[in-house]
Amino acid sequence: MRPFDYVRAEDTGSATEAARGGATFIAGGTNLLDLMKLEVMAPDRLVDITRLDLGAIERTEVGGLRIGALVTNADLAAHGTVRRNYPVLSRALLAGASGQLRNKATTGGNLLQRTRCHYFYDTSQSCNKREPGSGCAALGGINRIHAILGASEHCIATHPSDMAVALLALDAEVETETADGARRMRPLADLHRLPGDAPDRETVLADGELITAVVLPSAPRGHQAYRKARDRASYAFALVSLASVVAVENGRIARASLAFGGLAPKPWRDPEVEATLIGEVPSEELFDRAADVLLREAKGHGHNDFKIPLTRRVLKAALREAAGMEKPA
Amino acid sequence: MTTQFKMDAPQRPLLDRTEQGVIHRPLDRPEGPLKVSGRAHYAAERQLPGQVEGVLVRATIARGRLAGMNAEEVRAMPGVLGVFSDERFLRNPAQGGAGEAPVQGVREIFYHGQPIALVVAETLEQARHAAANLRPSYEEAEAQVDPATASDVDRPDKRRLDQGDLDRAMAEARASVDVTYTTPPHHSAAMELHASVASWEGERLTLHGSYQMLKYNKAELADSLGIPEENVRVLSPFVGGGFGSKLGISPEAVAAAIAARDLGRPVRVVMTRQQVFSMVTHRTSTRQRIRLAADEEGRLTGIGHEDRVYNLPDEVFSEPTTQSTHFLYAGANRRLGQEVARVNRACTGSVRAPGEAVGMLALEGAMDELARVLHMDPIDLRRRNIPDRHPEQDIPYSARRLADCMDQGARAFGWSPGSRREGEWLVGQGMAAAARINMVAPSEARVTLRGDGTALVETDMTDIGTGTYAILGQIAGEMLGLPVASVDVRLGDTDLPPAAGSGGSHGASSAGSSVFLACQGLRATLAERLGCEAEDLTLKDGVATGGNFRADLVDLLSGGDLSEEGKFEPGETADDASQAGYGAFFAEVAVNRITGETRVLRMLGTFAAGRILNEKTARSQCQGGMIWGIGAALTEELSFDPRDGHAVNDDLAEYHLPVNADCPPIEVHFLDERDEMSCPIQTKGVGELGISGAGAAVLNAIFDATGIRVRDYPATLDKVLAGLPD
Ligand SMILES: Cc1cc2nc3c(=O)[nH]c(=O)nc-3n(C[C@H](O)[C@H](O)[C@H](O)COP(=O)(O)OP(=O)(O)OC[C@H]3O[C@@H](n4cnc5c(N)ncnc54)[C@H](O)[C@@H]3O)c2cc1C
Ligand code: SF4
Repeated sequence: MRPFDYVRAEDTGSATEAARGGATFIAGGTNLLDLMKLEVMAPDRLVDITRLDLGAIERTEVGGLRIGALVTNADLAAHGTVRRNYPVLSRALLAGASGQLRNKATTGGNLLQRTRCHYFYDTSQSCNKREPGSGCAALGGINRIHAILGASEHCIATHPSDMAVALLALDAEVETETADGARRMRPLADLHRLPGDAPDRETVLADGELITAVVLPSAPRGHQAYRKARDRASYAFALVSLASVVAVENGRIARASLAFGGLAPKPWRDPEVEATLIGEVPSEELFDRAADVLLREAKGHGHNDFKIPLTRRVLKAALREAAGMEKPA
Repeated sequence: MTTQFKMDAPQRPLLDRTEQGVIHRPLDRPEGPLKVSGRAHYAAERQLPGQVEGVLVRATIARGRLAGMNAEEVRAMPGVLGVFSDERFLRNPAQGGAGEAPVQGVREIFYHGQPIALVVAETLEQARHAAANLRPSYEEAEAQVDPATASDVDRPDKRRLDQGDLDRAMAEARASVDVTYTTPPHHSAAMELHASVASWEGERLTLHGSYQMLKYNKAELADSLGIPEENVRVLSPFVGGGFGSKLGISPEAVAAAIAARDLGRPVRVVMTRQQVFSMVTHRTSTRQRIRLAADEEGRLTGIGHEDRVYNLPDEVFSEPTTQSTHFLYAGANRRLGQEVARVNRACTGSVRAPGEAVGMLALEGAMDELARVLHMDPIDLRRRNIPDRHPEQDIPYSARRLADCMDQGARAFGWSPGSRREGEWLVGQGMAAAARINMVAPSEARVTLRGDGTALVETDMTDIGTGTYAILGQIAGEMLGLPVASVDVRLGDTDLPPAAGSGGSHGASSAGSSVFLACQGLRATLAERLGCEAEDLTLKDGVATGGNFRADLVDLLSGGDLSEEGKFEPGETADDASQAGYGAFFAEVAVNRITGETRVLRMLGTFAAGRILNEKTARSQCQGGMIWGIGAALTEELSFDPRDGHAVNDDLAEYHLPVNADCPPIEVHFLDERDEMSCPIQTKGVGELGISGAGAAVLNAIFDATGIRVRDYPATLDKVLAGLPD
């Protein structure tokens, strides 16, 4: 671990002030500390935000929910309103990590956790995300867990979060504060960048911009579900996950919010897939068409080719379930 | 006095006639409270005065020479006390039971991850940061990292067998299978990281380490450093899991000793989890071709089992993949053989049940396939092929209750294969036989009856989490007529009589026999003092009776200690009979029709492994073994990079050991058995039996549920998915 300065912030103003000109916030530390020990991340200065007053879950005026950035994954999953109105979020959280980790992990930290790409973690390997311009060892390496959508020739890493996938399906917005005190709201869909030729730049946040909350609109109509396919029954990241909020009304699909994890460098939601489905009568053919649209640009890298058929199957199963259809034998 | 005994003839079960009644009972482990309250000190928890911290640095090329490094720059970093890079450093750990140094040296690099330097600093953080800043330079050479394409391949004679004419048997068979199974590189991933604290007093080295076979480790350490064995003491009273990865002395011990000597301060070196994955031995991948030829009744006429494994150049160890194929099933025509590919990858060595752990995965899968070809129940097929005498050596078997295990296991499990649907899941059942050779090794112990009527057992035997403390106390208690609370057991110190160590499941039998023998000597003395024949002596709850006499033990001792050493040696019974533990595994699995994920719903194992010394610790061993079976079947695979051969998924987030949610209720049953050919206490190995075949039951169940035969372990969802209908 490289020596670093440590500042404990007392309020959001002092946190963003301390972070001005390059610093790294530390919340639960469940991701950051591992990376610092390996010197994959080597910040000069840590700003501890755990004393900030960002731990509340409150109703918003429009009937939604405001989740403070420091609410732990465990508390969020167990919250009554979340379980009642946003069960997909609860399920996604509980499908992630372990009980011990969820007790420490925070809402803000979860959104900004780094990829689990093995080569990113290993400083003996080339990695454009860790060391821009050094190359991408995952291409031509072991890439079973890597992306099939949204990747570039410079980086094929996935975003590993389960929580963010559910939040995306729920149309969440992210509230932030910058050093000049300005507050901003952005759709979660706009928070993460695709790698392009700069995979080290993962979000649109400015230097020192602090996530203060995540805001959900009022409870959506329709059937909510979270599916996660993984390599063991618990404590494994998603190979493919799907958060779905699907409403079928008068025999037609009225809403189909479908967000995927494990597929792409960011939680993945494709408006064209939803456009394909909405207004249509549920059928196997329709679901196949939606999968075709979703996977139209999918690209495997060898070990992860299976994610393409797996994604199709998971998508169709979720749609069938929401529409009350049986899987044909 | 010493009671010496060599196992040249079958031994009658004296332990069935003693009276204390503590053998076999499911007693708690006596050191349990120390462990759960943090008072059992493991190697890395040693804190000696003046102790400093060392961090190992690994090579980042697969093959070549170390040209130099920026050692001066790193020495100048805060807190740094020294940068060591010494030709005595170990390239890789010693193999189990070697008793001498493994390949040494840092100049020549054989694999990515080889230790090449140790950075020592006042604090761990300083040492770690300095180590990260040590930049070696290399002259790179061409490496071979893929066992499938390696050009340097050995075919060891000791693994070759050609008996009869297998090709002809295959051609003439009424039913046959010719299939290739593969198993991936596998890591024991013990919870406790490998760690050593080295300190010197003059010429004498004391090493607090985490090791399984101390008398060998002491010799290996001395040889590595070029010092006399008498000057080395190794202490490992508690070991947080070994599974073979702590059999031989490993790099951190030698590096710590060298640095401690130079600095004149105790040095602690703890491997990181990532280092453990490359610096200690792991299990090779295997590619196994199995051929089975049978007549119309399912009687085997031929067995072929040929495998390819890998190891570093110059390592004599190779996975004995076909070990149980030699004796498990009949068949006159047999061909066994092995290829060892020499590759630039981390060292392979013994991992829990070397041989059977992977060989049985293939053999028992192939047997299931043959049963399907014959439309026969897989238990019937196996029963029909239990040989009368060893099919290659023409010797008898010692106690062997394979058929009973299968029958009783099937009944207890409710064996009823056949696929059924439950919502998104397909459910099916599978079974496999369990077999693991039995071994014993020389072992010594000292037992002292103390004047106050308590006893002390001393040996350098280790308890790697298996229950050695418990069973040695039980044996002494039983033999001396004492409750276990009156017996203290001291282990894990090379100043004590040298034991077999923990490896090859031979610890309980070997060390247990040495304690038994010492107690026999004590009983003879007590009988003499009482005035009766040794055979007539009964010891129970501190009272001795025999002939017409009766006395309190304390009175017989009249205030003095009575000490006896027991020395056990293997003998002719090892060659006179084929000895193995046997059992049967049953698994019920559910396979998700959408994703191909498999969950084990329940599992059962029935075992016959001679006398069971402690029903609780033995059960834990078998349950643990079956959990390893689940890992082998479904989740565990160490991936090596196809270009530089480094271990890729080298942490516990990405190396997928089964977690609790992967482990269903696991039932374990033991059949009553005594093996009089094994050792004077009629026990056989238990610790490895529970894994030997377990994973095959899971994959056979996947076939039963889905009709998909996965031959490439582990059966991750992608491999099942490929066979599922849309
Ligand atoms: C073994 C293991 C298994 C796991 N499995 C899963 C899984 O299955 N699914 C899953 O979703 N996750 C999983 N996780 C990841 C876990 O969810 C994250 O580590 C956790 O959510 C991160 O939250 P934290 O508060 O600890 O973040 P930290 O580690 O403190 O921070 C992470 C990053 O976010 C930044 N940050 C934190 N808070 C803010 C803020 N308010 N504003 C701006 N920047 C901020 C930090 O600077 C840092 O860069 C796993 C983790 C581990 C170690
Ligand atoms: S995939 Fe991305 S994170 Fe992984 S090695 Fe390539 S550049 Fe680095």
